[in-house]
Order: sequence, then structure tokens, then C-alpha cells
Amino acid sequence: MMAVQLWQLLDLLLAGLTLGLGWAAVSGPDLRRSVVFFIAFGLLVAVVWARLRAPDLALAEAAIGAGLSGALLLSALRDEPDAETSDDVRGGPVAALVSLAGLALAAAFAWVMIHTLGAADPVRLADQITAQLPNSGVGNPVTAVLLNFRAYDTLLELAVLLAAVLGILALGPARTPYRAAGPLLDGLIRWLVPLLILTAGYLLWAGAHAPGGAFQAGAMLAAAAVMLRLGGHTIAGLPRPPMQRILLTAGIAAFVLVGVITTGLGLAFLQYPGGWSGGLILLIEAAATLAIATTLALAYIGGRPAGWVSEGSADTTTKIGGRD
Amino acid sequence: MSDLLGILFVLTGIAFFAAGSIGVLRLPDLHSRLHALTKADNLGLGLLCAGLAIIDGGALNAVKLFLVWVLVLAASATAAHLIAQQALRQADK
Amino acid sequence: MTTTTQILLASTALLLLTLGMGLARAMIGPSLQDRMLSVQLLGTGGVAVLLLLSPLLAIPALVDVALVLALLAAVAAAALTRREVDDV
Repeated sequence: MMAVQLWQLLDLLLAGLTLGLGWAAVSGPDLRRSVVFFIAFGLLVAVVWARLRAPDLALAEAAIGAGLSGALLLSALRDEPDAETSDDVRGGPVAALVSLAGLALAAAFAWVMIHTLGAADPVRLADQITAQLPNSGVGNPVTAVLLNFRAYDTLLELAVLLAAVLGILALGPARTPYRAAGPLLDGLIRWLVPLLILTAGYLLWAGAHAPGGAFQAGAMLAAAAVMLRLGGHTIAGLPRPPMQRILLTAGIAAFVLVGVITTGLGLAFLQYPGGWSGGLILLIEAAATLAIATTLALAYIGGRPAGWVSEGSADTTTKIGGRD
Repeated sequence: MSDLLGILFVLTGIAFFAAGSIGVLRLPDLHSRLHALTKADNLGLGLLCAGLAIIDGGALNAVKLFLVWVLVLAASATAAHLIAQQALRQADK
Repeated sequence: MTTTTQILLASTALLLLTLGMGLARAMIGPSLQDRMLSVQLLGTGGVAVLLLLSPLLAIPALVDVALVLALLAAVAAAALTRREVDDV
């Protein structure tokens, strides 16, 4: 077979499997079954990203889409052991409306794709980025875009994450912890958690010149926290709540600090001075990694961990039902 | 040609993956399926890594591939045991 | 394209076909653990596909992605097998 046909066959198989897994994840009443398919879907989409020549996205999808999202969904299902989607939701008018909306969205998307991909003389952003890459201070174009050319967007993304975790923390205390792990799971944790932390450090460092970066590294650290929590370590490797608060805001703080300093030097907000780009980017990424890791870990824990509220102040959420 | 040896390893590895998948489909019981899965996949991945290391030729890449294989060995063996233990607990209920 | 690359490409397609076959077990079940073991197959198979794609696409970083995928598949397996009975 010629190479082109083989690649097409490969792409067809990947697309077919992805669609099949996606459909299987939303069909059927048993929610646990759906989560299992969702995790499989995440694993496969990571491979799809790799096929599409996007290793940074593949790393993020493997860490967040497959591992963390699956763990979060399973954690949510813990409160309802025999969870099933109710019959009046399945196949009812709501489902029909949602399906129609999905089809309309897909049609619009397809129309846009056909018109942009088939355009006669497209302007490719990739060329502009490659031209400016030597000035950015890093060798990885994705990192250059995230932490230099569009650094402001990344700052706002971190703010969105912070807002999300504040919402989760406001909901109530943390979820029920697990009991101590047996020898099998304990043995797994003993080598998996250090390896996850090591890989996170590697991805943070390598993000400057190879696929990697703050989001991927932060997600790996969060996966380590999830493993610890599953093994019965309730605090999941996090430091005490005052330190947690500092870590949650570390990413935004680093960004704002650098921005204020550059403004003070007469440059624009977050316009790195010449020669300092590489170092500043690494500094901000390190702070962002810790922030993202703490955010995702607290999101998995599901609420305020023990000791979040200091001894003297009143924790009113548990009292709401008892007030007059 | 060293490429020929590498390709041979890769194809044998794929054959073992196929054997694992067939085992998962055809064997009668969860535990026998788990057994087939982990044995076939670990050997399949090992042969695949060996073949790719030979084809690529670089030492650093070979070490990386070997590490990935060892990691998958440990992780999938533990996962298989965890799944089997959970199935036994379900059965005892 | 050299013969080696063509054979590697064909192997990747074959491997994906095999994984699709294995996922049939996830559809059939019958128990949840059967579906979990199918996901395990997809995890190991996904690592294999990534390792094959690395020389095919000439992206050495895909070996790193394979490493990360293997680690996270282990995390997913641990999360799936911890159930309510394990509560404190």
C-alpha cells in the first residue's frame, strides 16, 4: 500500500474509534460505565493529538482529560453508588433538543472548517510565530505563545482557575476520605507518586525547548495528589491551609509582579526586557505549576480541607439548617 | 540489516498485542481475560520497544524505551491485580 | 518513503485495528471490571501507538508523551478500583 493510503487508514481508524468511544460514553443508563468509557476516550484523544503533531496537547490531554477528569467524575459518583440517568431524561424532549443543537453546531463548525481550510491564500500564524521565536526567549513555540506573546491570556486563565476553585471551596467541607490502602495500592503509590513528581519537574524544565510547560507539569502534580488521596492520605500531600492559600495565588502573583516591575521600568505590562525573557518565563511557569497543582488537587478533594477555617471564626455552612 | 531484525521484533510485538485482544474477547472469565491481557501486552510492548530501539539505533532513545516498558510492566501488573481484587470483593457481597 | 517506515505505518494501523477489537469487550461487558480491563488494554496499546508514531512523525517528544500516558493510565486504574466500601 502507498504511504498516503496507510495514513488515511490510520486516521480513519482513529476517528472511528474516537467517535465510537464518545458515543459509548453518553449512551446507556449506567453512569459508572459511562465514566470508564470517558477515561478510554481521553486516552485515545491523547493519541489523536499526537497524530495531529501536537505533543503539548497530547501531554495535557493525557494528564487532565484521561487521569484527572476521570478521577473527578468517579469522586462525584461516590455519593450515589447506584447512579443511573433517570428515564425521563433519556429519550425525552430535552434529549431531542440537545441532539438538534449539537447537530446544528456540528454543521456550522463543518462549514467554517471547509471555508477556512480551503481558502486560496491563507495567512498562517505559524509563520509569524516562527519568525518571532528567537526574540521570545524560549525554543518551544507553544510556550512562546502562552508565556510571552499571549501572556496576558494565560494570566486570565489562571484567574479563571482560581475563581473555579474558590467556588468549589465555598461549597462546603472536603469529601469523605478513603481508608488506608492495602499493600498492593500502597506499593503502587510508593513508586508512582515520586515518579509523577519527577516527571512534573522534567516537563516544567523541558517546556522551554520541548513539549511541556506549566499546565502539564501542574496536572502531573495534581495526579500525584489524587493518588495519595486514593491511598488514604487525606491531605493528599498538600501543605497546611495557610500555605495552600499562598500556592493558589502564586501563579497570578508571579505574573502581576513581573508585569508591575516591567511597567515600572517603562515597558508595557508583561513586556519582558531584552535577554530576561527566558528566565522570567521559567520563574512564572514554576509559580504557575504550583498554583495549578494546588488548584486541581483542592478541586479533587472537593471542598475545604481540615483546618481551612481558623479556630476562632465560625464556619457557618453547617449551621444554616439550624438557624431560625 | 539491523532494520530487518527490528522490524521482525515490531511485528512479533504486534502479534502479541493481537493475541492479547483475542484473549480478551474469547476467554470465558474475567480473571482469565486479565491474565491473557497482561501477559500478552507486556511481552508485546517489550518486543515493540526492542524493535524500535534497534531501528532507531540511538542509545538514549533505547534507554527511554526500556524505561517506558518497565513502567508499563509495573503499572499494568498492579492494575490487573487491583481489578481482580475488586471483582472478588464484588463476588463476595 | 523507505520500506521500514511503510512497515511501521502498516503496523500502527494493524495495532489500532487490534485495539478496536479489544474495545468490543468494553461494549459487551458484562461486568464493570471487564470494561476496566478493556481500558487497560487501550492504555498499553495507546503507549505502543505513541512509540510507533514517534519515528513515523519524527517527533522524539512522543516518547515522553508515552511515558506520561503510562503513568496516568495507572492513576486511572487506581481511581476506578477504589470504591465506596473503602471509605473511612
